[in-house]
Amino acid sequence: MSAEVGAGSAQRRAIRVTVNGVVYERVVEPRLLLSDFLRHELGLTGTHVGCEHGVCGACTVLVNGEPARSCLMLAVQADGLAIETVESLAPDEERLHPLQQAFWDRHGLQCGFCTPGLLMLLKSFLAENPSPSEEEVREAISGNLCRCTGYQNIVAAALEAARLLREPVAG
Amino acid sequence: MKPPRFQYHVPESLDEALGLLAELGADAKPLAGGQSLVPLLNMRLARPGHLLDLNRVAELDYLTERDGGLALGAMTRQRAVERSALIRDRCPLLAQAIRYVGHLPIRTRGTIGGSVAHADPAAELPGVLAALDGRITLQSRSSTRVLDPADFFLGVLASAATPEELVTEIWLPAVPERTGQVWLEVARRHGDYALVGLGASVTLDGDGTISEARLALIGVGPVPVRARRAEERLRGEWPATSLFREAGRLVSAEIQPETDVHATSEYRRRVAAVLTERALAEATRQITRETVE
Repeated sequence: MSAEVGAGSAQRRAIRVTVNGVVYERVVEPRLLLSDFLRHELGLTGTHVGCEHGVCGACTVLVNGEPARSCLMLAVQADGLAIETVESLAPDEERLHPLQQAFWDRHGLQCGFCTPGLLMLLKSFLAENPSPSEEEVREAISGNLCRCTGYQNIVAAALEAARLLREPVAG
Repeated sequence: MKPPRFQYHVPESLDEALGLLAELGADAKPLAGGQSLVPLLNMRLARPGHLLDLNRVAELDYLTERDGGLALGAMTRQRAVERSALIRDRCPLLAQAIRYVGHLPIRTRGTIGGSVAHADPAAELPGVLAALDGRITLQSRSSTRVLDPADFFLGVLASAATPEELVTEIWLPAVPERTGQVWLEVARRHGDYALVGLGASVTLDGDGTISEARLALIGVGPVPVRARRAEERLRGEWPATSLFREAGRLVSAEIQPETDVHATSEYRRRVAAVLTERALAEATRQITRETVE
């Protein structure tokens, strides 16, 4: 439960949010969007901000494991919740997450602006549906806009990632 | 892009929320899943003085059987409805329609009550309520009202809810025996607002004739529309392709869709006729399949 700090027009609230396993405590204005909180307060600029009104999907993060648009949530609403961003995917600086590897191998990105949102959406989608059909992948990503790839390689990367995640390579 | 300044309230119970609404009145805006309201805030098209965040009112998050149907709390997430075996079993029309509500990362936050209260003429949940003669419960600190969809949905983004009232629950009847239910819609992309959406429910008598037919359309008027003349024509008849085609013609004649940037009125009428024919055929097939099994 976020606590109110101060009053009047500058009413601010103390919040405690777990992002990628790290607990952050901050005092924020209620109107601060979760997307801006992640980028400006925490410096986690991997979450991209595109349309800022819930259409493009670029800012998709996981909220308690479920994909959600961080531009349509207030930071104060994330109080007590666990957020995962694209920064949580790669195990270290040398290795990529299977999803990232599949996007690399299948050329699932060009400019890369939509990529963090797609990766986070697909992480959750593939956890729930490890063997999706191409049609199911297309439906799942229908809320994430890409203006470079024509989606073909994103779908190919998602199906490849599903394979990698089902049968992890030994070592 | 930033929302304008507002006073933020996080009630933890329904009583507290209704008390705040009674106190703050029209200057307060309830925030449910935020998938329609937050864009309006971000674009500063909405500038409420007070925002009443309902996301911690856990008592409004439920999905349960009641009075021969299903009661859904206003803060039940659309994604929870999509995943519910109970909904698939007892209300197949809702189970099908919910998959058309926005996109996956919209439904994880979007709520049943938020969508109903928003009263968008192209939204699926109001269409399901209209098709099945569901009910909407409105509560204020001093009163509780239960409304039919026709009395609740008054126009584009307009409902009968007063500023002191919250949509707290919707109720839908369970699917009767020998009944097929089908939701169909046409949009440019999956998840976009429907150009035309249609909910159909068909019940067959023991002798195989149609004892009940319900048809509700979205995207073709300011509120969800029931196609009463087509329904009337279907009752008592034997299911047949020619009958379904005629029902489609009646639907396209009795709706009055507008022309906008997305589609012409003529196109919407044509789509409505085709969807009617397809939905009636599929609903009937569902019943026959069950009988054979």
